[in-house]
Amino acid sequence: MNSIKTMENSAPAGLYIYVPFCRSKCAYCDFYSITDGSQAAGYLHALSREMEHYREFAPLFDTVYVGGGTPSCLDTGQLEELLHRVREAFPIAPNSEITVEVNPGDVDTVFMRGLRDAGVNRVSVGVQSFDDSILKSLGRRHNGREGREAVEAARAAGFANVGVDLIYGVPGQSHDLWQETMETALVFNPEHLSCYELTLEEGTPFHRRMERGEFSLPGEEEAYRFFSMTSAFLEQRGYTHYEVSNFARERALISRHNHKYWDHTPCLGLGPAAHSFNGTRRWWNHRSLEGYGRDVASGLAPVAGAEDLTPEELRLEALYFGFRTKRGIHGPEFRERYGIDLFREKGPALRCLRDEGLVTLDDEFMAPTRRGLALADRLCLL
Amino acid sequence: MKNIRNFSIIAHIDHGKSTLADRLIQHTGMVEDRNFRDQILDNMDIERERGITIKSQAITLPYRAKNGQDYILNLIDTPGHVDFTYEVSRSLASCEGVLLLIDASQGVQAQTIANLYLAMENNLAIIPVVNKIDLLTADVDRVLEQIDAELGLDPFSHIKCSAKQGIGIEDVLEAIVERIPPPKGDAAKALSALIFDAKYDSFRGTVIHCRVFDGEVKPGDIIRFMSSGSTYKVEEVGCFGIARLRKDTLAAGDVGYIIAGVKTVADVHIGDTITHDNRPADQALPGFKEIKPVVFSSIYPISSEDYEDLAVSLEKYKLNDAALVYQKDSSVALGLGFRCGFLGLLHLEIVQERLEREFDQSIILSVPSVRYRFTLKDGSVVQVDNPSNYPDPSSIEKAEEPFIRATMIMPEKYLGAVMKLCTEKRGANSTMNYLSPGRVELIYEMPLAEVLFDFYDRFKTVTQGYGSFDYDIIDYREGKLVLLDILVNGEKVDALSQIVHRDNARQRGVHACDKLKDEIPRQQFKIAIQGAIGGEIISRSTISPFRKDVTAKCYGGDITRKRKLLEKQKKGKKRMKMVGTVSIPQSAFLAVLQSDND
Ligand SMILES: Nc1nc2c(ncn2[C@@H]2O[C@H](COP(=O)(O)OP(=O)(O)OP(=O)(O)O)[C@@H](O)[C@H]2O)c(=O)[nH]1
Ligand code: SF4
Ligand SMILES: [Mg+2]
Repeated sequence: MNSIKTMENSAPAGLYIYVPFCRSKCAYCDFYSITDGSQAAGYLHALSREMEHYREFAPLFDTVYVGGGTPSCLDTGQLEELLHRVREAFPIAPNSEITVEVNPGDVDTVFMRGLRDAGVNRVSVGVQSFDDSILKSLGRRHNGREGREAVEAARAAGFANVGVDLIYGVPGQSHDLWQETMETALVFNPEHLSCYELTLEEGTPFHRRMERGEFSLPGEEEAYRFFSMTSAFLEQRGYTHYEVSNFARERALISRHNHKYWDHTPCLGLGPAAHSFNGTRRWWNHRSLEGYGRDVASGLAPVAGAEDLTPEELRLEALYFGFRTKRGIHGPEFRERYGIDLFREKGPALRCLRDEGLVTLDDEFMAPTRRGLALADRLCLL
Repeated sequence: MKNIRNFSIIAHIDHGKSTLADRLIQHTGMVEDRNFRDQILDNMDIERERGITIKSQAITLPYRAKNGQDYILNLIDTPGHVDFTYEVSRSLASCEGVLLLIDASQGVQAQTIANLYLAMENNLAIIPVVNKIDLLTADVDRVLEQIDAELGLDPFSHIKCSAKQGIGIEDVLEAIVERIPPPKGDAAKALSALIFDAKYDSFRGTVIHCRVFDGEVKPGDIIRFMSSGSTYKVEEVGCFGIARLRKDTLAAGDVGYIIAGVKTVADVHIGDTITHDNRPADQALPGFKEIKPVVFSSIYPISSEDYEDLAVSLEKYKLNDAALVYQKDSSVALGLGFRCGFLGLLHLEIVQERLEREFDQSIILSVPSVRYRFTLKDGSVVQVDNPSNYPDPSSIEKAEEPFIRATMIMPEKYLGAVMKLCTEKRGANSTMNYLSPGRVELIYEMPLAEVLFDFYDRFKTVTQGYGSFDYDIIDYREGKLVLLDILVNGEKVDALSQIVHRDNARQRGVHACDKLKDEIPRQQFKIAIQGAIGGEIISRSTISPFRKDVTAKCYGGDITRKRKLLEKQKKGKKRMKMVGTVSIPQSAFLAVLQSDND
């Protein structure tokens, strides 16, 4: 697996680093993470060894995203060291977007300043909710006040690009309560908002509680009402609903890194459970720190599995991504990259979607409407 | 030839024919034990899944009798289901005798009698075999009375056995040798062999299954099909083991196969006579009675580009299912297809499944119908088996539908429930006979269409499986018929139309709309389903649209997982027929005829 290069895709690549530590596990989360922070040093060491396998991955990177897990389980010194190694190992463009995810409760102004000093220019704060009872039922370890303080700290430290992550559709959450949470977030005028509908993942405590009938998630109609009120509310407050779960105050403020996933730009993922994509091949690392560490220690890339995507698979993904974004699918570009003239081959189906008010069509673009976005998983089955 | 015995095993469904065949096969050592599996002759996947025999299957068994002589036993296992009686009758043309199996606990059932009549028509030796004597509920004495009273056979001629436990198998074999006459015929005469089945083999062309009555055939011979006159050179002959067993020659009295490089499927006709080109027989063998299909439905390829492929597949399929008849057809909603005639709804299902499995076809079948007869005001008479051809109502003078005589045998305690069911199905002119105390035979005249519409399942339910049923078509009778159309989002889908009796048209319309609501998957737009008679909407249902169907997150690891799901959904969608913008699954067309309680 040595020196994997990106396939002829000229856009600068993205770099993702997965930090597999959390101080405690949230009830709904199925990400891989451990609570034993004492392994951080070993992890960081393994990470720099993993980097060695991918020196040739891409000629240029212009985004770095440190996510998790909980990157703010590391201290700013460790994060600074980590980013330093990244710059040593990879060609990172000067104006890159460098994001770190942080959790309320971990961070204060000092921490945020530390991040800035390390070269981070964007933080994404995992607020989820400003309501204590909702946070409790999600099994989050922080409260609403700590959420507000974390965003304030980012501002105080001078971050000009702050993202706030929120969750809706939590059992017990009324529309009013949800709107209140959004209002609170808007007080800080965040550049970016991610609003995720709560998803039940098998094997989580939350899932088990639902199986036992302790509560139920909103039904489809209710979920749609949450979705569309969120979209309408934030757009009315000046945000662009640019992807199913993502909002930005201006076009320039959309997450550059996340966007790479949606247009098949190569992304290198480092750390346990991280996924990588080089233009035609996708591979993923071992989901445990042990398995990951073992491979790295023996000089191997810690890859657990891989798939080579056929043109048809790439095409399906591209349709799926396309209908998840407000921009939609650019017909000529799609034909160029995926070899199909959608207007010609799927004309009747597209027109039917347009007549249903689910997409708009013009000479170049087919783009989902708000109702269309809520059905993105179906639109791509054209 | 005097040591050949040709016989079929016939019986009511599930009385143990295939299991008895297993024991005979094992007893004669035809199959090594490690290669054995139950109902070994049921070699099609659908036979094994459904646990019933669909095709007659021949096998040649060597047997050394107690008299020390070696015999060749050509056994044919036959299906028991009423839809496949034609398979039985073709098998009987190759035999001199039958084993008539009777389940010791169920006793004589409707197809026991029907199959007995077939054997008698063919003047075959009949050996009654009482099977399943191991069952606690077996009542052999009662069965012997039935053999005497209901079948008119000598009860002392019976053999008792348990096919499952291998009891009495030797007695069965000895009876075959002693009581079934050897074939007549003369190997020195001109060749005359009856084609009773065939199968297309992509490597060898058509494999012809035949019974040689006179003469002899061997590789190198030039044979002629007497109906078409076409000639072929024989490549291989043989008999049937578990696989084909090559032989040097097939002679008078033998049952076996001929491979003669026949690639033109249309040259082979079931029932045709094979003779030698240079020394033809004087006349063809009588062949088989023409069978009349009773259920009609159109087959369409899911994707219209596959029409030609379907045409070729149907032709090859028909070789192995002589009961299927078809001709070209087209539908406004579904495009080009084939109108097919079937022997019953089970037959229809089997054809659909075999075309899918053996020929890899993705198809849709329109709602099945019987054949109606209309006398028009101008005096002409038209037969209509396709609702699309329903005449202009104002031109109809008289409408008639086929009637059957249904014969049902059941324990007396179910009589009330069955009579109620028959009345509901517009049954009339009933007669009833006590076959023995507690056992009745009930005869009703009923419209065939009502019997198709979920009669059989309900009959089995109300008799808790203890009732059996057989029918004959008797005549056409006048009925108040109307055409029930189905509209999907305002567009008429002709393949969903049905001809129904006016008195229950409304109910059928409601039923169809409800069923379609369950069968047609939700889409991103609202789907309105309406039932209409002559432009008047009589029923409706609505399939609500999807409002939200989108995954919240779509980053690194989520993508592959999601794509795999989408691929599965796409595959499912490919198996549905697009009518306008609505995808209709195959199951919807048959569901319209099914009752709610299954
Ligand atoms: N107890 C018992 N069960 C038997 C016996 N013979 C057959 N069966 C069972 O009866 C069922 C039907 O047996 P089959 O041999 O498939 O019956 P069939 O007559 O070939 O059925 P069709 O081909 O569908 O008409 C199976 O479950 C057999 O195991 C027997 O002698 N005793
Ligand atoms: S939601 Fe975030 S903080 Fe909570 S367990 Fe999952 S990764 Fe850790
Ligand atoms: Mg059988």
